[in-house]
Amino acid sequence: MKKCRIVFSGSGGQGVITAAIILAEAAVLYENLNAVQSQDYGAAARGGSSRADVIISDSEIIYPKVIEPNVLVCLTQEAYNKFYPIIRPGGLLITDTRFVKIQRKADAHQVELPMYRTVMDDIGKPIVFNICMLGALIALTELVRPESIMKVLEIRIPSGFLKMNRKALNLGIGLGKQFAG
Amino acid sequence: MGVKDYIRERFFPHLWCPGCGHGIVLNNLIRAVENLGLDKSEIVMVSGIGCSARICGYVDFHSLHTIHGRALAFATGIKISRPELNVIVAMGDGDAVAIGGNHFIHAARRNIDVTAIVMNNRIYGMTGGQFSPMSGYGIKASTAPYSNIDPAFDLAKLALGAGATFVARTTTYHVKQITDILEKAIPHKGFSVVEILTQCPTEFGRRNNMANPADMMEFFKNHTVPVGSKAKKKNPDLIERGIFVQKEMPEYCSEYDKIVEDAMKGQQS
Amino acid sequence: MNKKIKFAQGNEVCAEAALYAGLDFFAGYPITPSTEIAEHLSIMLPRKGGKFIQMEDEISSMCAIIGASLTGHKVMTATSGPGFSLKQEALGYAIMAEIPCVVVNVQRGGPSTGIPTHGSQGDINQARWGVHGDHSIIALTASNHQDVFLMTVEAFNLAETYRTPVILLLDEGVAHLRERFIVPEKGEIPLLTRLKTSVKEGVDYHPYLPREDGRLPMSDFGGTHRYNVTGLYHDMWGFPTTKPTIVHRLIHHLVHKIEHNVDRIARFKEYYMEDAECILISYGFSARAALHLVKNRRARGERLGLLELQTLWPFPSHVVREKCVDARYVVVVEMNMGQVLQSVKLSVEQPEKVFLANRIDGVAITPTNIKNILQVIRGKGV
Repeated sequence: MKKCRIVFSGSGGQGVITAAIILAEAAVLYENLNAVQSQDYGAAARGGSSRADVIISDSEIIYPKVIEPNVLVCLTQEAYNKFYPIIRPGGLLITDTRFVKIQRKADAHQVELPMYRTVMDDIGKPIVFNICMLGALIALTELVRPESIMKVLEIRIPSGFLKMNRKALNLGIGLGKQFAG
Repeated sequence: MGVKDYIRERFFPHLWCPGCGHGIVLNNLIRAVENLGLDKSEIVMVSGIGCSARICGYVDFHSLHTIHGRALAFATGIKISRPELNVIVAMGDGDAVAIGGNHFIHAARRNIDVTAIVMNNRIYGMTGGQFSPMSGYGIKASTAPYSNIDPAFDLAKLALGAGATFVARTTTYHVKQITDILEKAIPHKGFSVVEILTQCPTEFGRRNNMANPADMMEFFKNHTVPVGSKAKKKNPDLIERGIFVQKEMPEYCSEYDKIVEDAMKGQQS
Repeated sequence: MNKKIKFAQGNEVCAEAALYAGLDFFAGYPITPSTEIAEHLSIMLPRKGGKFIQMEDEISSMCAIIGASLTGHKVMTATSGPGFSLKQEALGYAIMAEIPCVVVNVQRGGPSTGIPTHGSQGDINQARWGVHGDHSIIALTASNHQDVFLMTVEAFNLAETYRTPVILLLDEGVAHLRERFIVPEKGEIPLLTRLKTSVKEGVDYHPYLPREDGRLPMSDFGGTHRYNVTGLYHDMWGFPTTKPTIVHRLIHHLVHKIEHNVDRIARFKEYYMEDAECILISYGFSARAALHLVKNRRARGERLGLLELQTLWPFPSHVVREKCVDARYVVVVEMNMGQVLQSVKLSVEQPEKVFLANRIDGVAITPTNIKNILQVIRGKGV
């Protein structure tokens, strides 16, 4: 596979860093791939801007930061405004319809998805917004299999919450598939 | 065993000035250890920096002469890693509650099973007579040439407030009381603080009209009263001596042992 | 899957490696970006019967590990810039009293509070000279998680071998990065323990009388030998002295036990060095940017090489000198104003061919940053 460089961006508390970790961990532990994850954050744990980088590859990853992502996820307007110029020409840009209004067209395949609204309508808990986003991302990119994400979740979260997370992941996959291919 | 079995004669004579009270503390510490029948190899003596700190070189225990103010922090590491050892910490007044004040209150708060002996001569002796947080208002010192305007701590109250479970005070005049108190403080399971007023004729007495060591001991005799005596109510300037508190509370190392037990259980399941 | 593959943060890898090395006592204080080391050990240490304590400050954390080391345990503390500054006096004590311990400094931007959440490599010279007085020190670093694991274990081995504090100089970029690593099997990395005295009970034990090879066998506090430990100049009994001959000998011993073993302590890696006309010298996070560039440029036929230093102190001058003899340019890549650059210039025969490629704005240095600086050095413009 080609090296895939992903930037997740949003605000602290949305779970962008957690989503990035889950994706990278799934790639390493259950897909036999190489992955690195790093983040850029400020002093505030919640509400501040947050960015997480992931690189997934089948070969060695030496430099771990992402400079020009192939895939960019923006979950706030602020994140979109700040990061859309760094996307690689022809890359994939995923935004949430509730939080981001696309202002200018970046040279990218732009996918606007109602992820937040779907999670709130079908589950009613914003906590799994990030898992829904991961579902959409893997449906659009086929970077890792949904089972691999679930295996990571099984270890990371209490069993009582697994069902809700699986549902969120599937909702995301459903949204992503409408735009895939 | 005789007293000489507890000291390292090779390193004598000691460096304390003639008339200094620290030797009296050393003498009574050894008596207390002997009366308690403790094995020398089960005792670690830790000290900081200053005249008081030299006490640990003279005793034939495991001895750690550390850096200024941090003796309790080193002692904490020793005690937690080997809880079966008796850890005795000797500090001066500046050592314990100026530069080491933070470690003092936190050792008390944890109630770690360490005996802290504060040899309080109300002055920085080794550096030449500067005032300490125990000197008190109106005292003259090499850095308070006009008169000291810093109020003093009440060390016993400080220790109590911070959570020490054994707190006592005595003086080098009351030698038998030193031994008695140390005999209770050392086996006490928890953080014990023993403040011993000790004379520094060279740096404190000389500047404060008490150049003669006997005058200073006379002062300890006349200006202290047993805890709870009526005389203190009439004259609040009198200093109380004796045991202020002696109570059982959860001790830090024992509590940590429970954590280890829990963590190991969690591991098996 | 035969091998144990893990995905973890650099700080967690460091903590795991310390446990592998036999750590049984950790004292620390919360500080970004090293806190995850303390957090991980607060979970893991009691599980194996070890002890973890969060102390009241950075100073007491350093003091507590020295106390615990004297009772015969393998000990570590972890901190970052401001905390590393606070630990210096007690660090000097461990050097003087020759107490084995490992001090992790996950570097962040400084001086002062600087940038807590961003990386830097600005503490290289502080690791060498933060302690007052003549002394020598060992400092190691690593650029990826497999090496973080190895260098952490090495730090313990060197501390126990040379009876000295060893500084592990990580940086935020590596410490907060999550990546794949393989947990070494038990026995895969050799573990060293301190030399214990063979002197029997009742026979005089001289705690500070070095053997002919310079090593000092130890005796645990709580054991049969009762002796004195001090931060003052001391004689063979550990008792304070001001005797000029003893003072002179002690300082020589403290410096030489490390400086005479530079070869044994030097750890480094080489990439494409055989025919390199331009050699990059780097370490820690910066070495990843440098290696990325080297691999890229090699693919285009440029004769670039990388010497990655893992031992920063004692500085492996002979290695740098020998490796750089034939290079036209030597470029030190680091995230500071040229701290390793100074040592490299002192090491090579032609200091005028040594240049700096750095970045100091809190942002991780990139391969493109280095490429642009190389263009300038070669007089080609950006």
